[in-house]
Amino acid sequence: MQKSNTVDNRPYVINEPEAHRFRVNRATLMDPQILELERRRIFDVCWIYVGHESEVRAPGDFRTRIVADRPVIFCRDSKSRIRVFLNTCRHRGAIVCREAEGNAKSHTCFYHGWSYNRDGELDGVPGQDAFPPSFRKSDFGLKEPPKVASYRGFVFLNFDPKAVPLEEYLAGAKEYIDLVVDQSPSGQMEVIQGVQDYEIRANWKFLTENSFDDYHLLSVHGSWLAYLRNSGVEMKRPERGYLLPGHGVGKVLGNDHGCTDNVNFRGRPVACWIPIYGEAAKPEIERIRAELVARLGEARATRVADTNRNLLIFPNLFINDGSSVTIRTYYPLAPDRMRVLAWALGPVEESPTARAVRLDSFLTFYGPGGFATPDDIEVLESLQASLATHREVPWMEVTRGMAKEGEQLNTDEPHLRGFWTQWDKLMHIERAG
Amino acid sequence: MEDFLYEEASLLDAWRLDDWLKLLTDDAVYRVPSNDRPDADSKDTLFIVADDIRRIRARVTRLKDKSAHAEYPPSRTRRMISNVRIVERNGATLKVEANFAVHRFRRDGNVRPYVGHYRYELRVEGGKLKISKRDAVIDAMELGSMGSVSFIL
Repeated sequence: MQKSNTVDNRPYVINEPEAHRFRVNRATLMDPQILELERRRIFDVCWIYVGHESEVRAPGDFRTRIVADRPVIFCRDSKSRIRVFLNTCRHRGAIVCREAEGNAKSHTCFYHGWSYNRDGELDGVPGQDAFPPSFRKSDFGLKEPPKVASYRGFVFLNFDPKAVPLEEYLAGAKEYIDLVVDQSPSGQMEVIQGVQDYEIRANWKFLTENSFDDYHLLSVHGSWLAYLRNSGVEMKRPERGYLLPGHGVGKVLGNDHGCTDNVNFRGRPVACWIPIYGEAAKPEIERIRAELVARLGEARATRVADTNRNLLIFPNLFINDGSSVTIRTYYPLAPDRMRVLAWALGPVEESPTARAVRLDSFLTFYGPGGFATPDDIEVLESLQASLATHREVPWMEVTRGMAKEGEQLNTDEPHLRGFWTQWDKLMHIERAG
Repeated sequence: MEDFLYEEASLLDAWRLDDWLKLLTDDAVYRVPSNDRPDADSKDTLFIVADDIRRIRARVTRLKDKSAHAEYPPSRTRRMISNVRIVERNGATLKVEANFAVHRFRRDGNVRPYVGHYRYELRVEGGKLKISKRDAVIDAMELGSMGSVSFIL
């Protein structure tokens, strides 16, 4: 048996299925050494989300981001291929591109003026004749992560040269990405401009849990449910054994990922009209629905349009497809602080009317000004503040649904246990360096 | 003009939200653009807040509900309004801009400053000045440590 790592002299996670015991050591959510280990054992070995292909459309388009702690340039090269460069000059290491986004023929380092072309090659070195004869510009191109790959427009990188290919890594999550992308007649989704970029004073793993924890919906989002009800959205009373108006399950996908998979009870831009969207938008939503049925058949159209999913791509990417589609990625700034970036995603063919509905529907729930996310942020910050009791109250309880035979609901916690199990497994694998 | 904006600020700081609603026209909009697209249109750009009058009213209803946890117990806020300018007069409509510095206070030393400018459209209705558009544009490059815009900015 593998030796268990500890913090506070206790294992990170206790997982004893026969005893129906699943506990997470709360110190894992505040300890600086845990965060250092996470950087090496999780963020440096997993496929980490960089951006969406639609965010850089033409040769020379770029966005600068922080991915797995490193500043990167996410861009299209001279042949319009997606590239990711480490945003650090090969001379002294200054940040080469300091703009958030744009289009450039070249990037010139502002320290000593070294310039790099769209393909990351070192082009210009002021006063190159004074460097030794062995100095070759071709040795000093912008560095790239060992691996960069994309699946259906979603671009990831990996700092582990031995990592499995992206598609193998995504495993069962691909099916759910496909369901999202199937909203588009041409299979092309695009990121809509405007990023919600905010911090939460909490450990990043709390957001992983929260983003697909449906057990909290009634208690945390009562005011959102009231808003839907007051706006004329019909919701059934939960059936026996259920907490929520619709049926939904929690799933572990492969070893790493997980999701909720829920029958829709809220509005969906593709394609379930609710009164909040306004009468004028009704024919448009019906037209979108008809296109889905014609293209995919009734069964698949129902699957795409009448079910919601909150999909975790381990460790820090969610694609949530409910009131709208949001891409949400987040990363630790400190043990008790994270940065969140959230975008809206829509089909490229969407009409201006449907796009406006999508964005409006997004804001009914999601984001730092939405009717739900601010309350999640409040919960996460309260979770973090109370971690000071970790010596007296060392464990979080994650057993909901554990003793149940058969189906695990979205309000059970199999997907949360899946996340913690994978996290614990990776945290025990020693890595060189 | 300043008095009108000061009065509005005072109602919001006092959480007299129903009285604040009375300052709005029936077609009013309240918006907070995403920090990277301060001048965009909420029909084709993701905002932080983009409320029509129905959602402004729903927002007030929500904020009065104890289960709007982000604002329960309610934050204290204090608004400083300055550099008030009428930038355009078009018949009965006035376009007004003003700078704001809003501090939001919660317990345990939690202080968050929001700095930016307002873009108002005002018009006279029934002899009273009313707000038909209210954009709160935050200067910061990211929302960052402000976290959320859970109150009415």
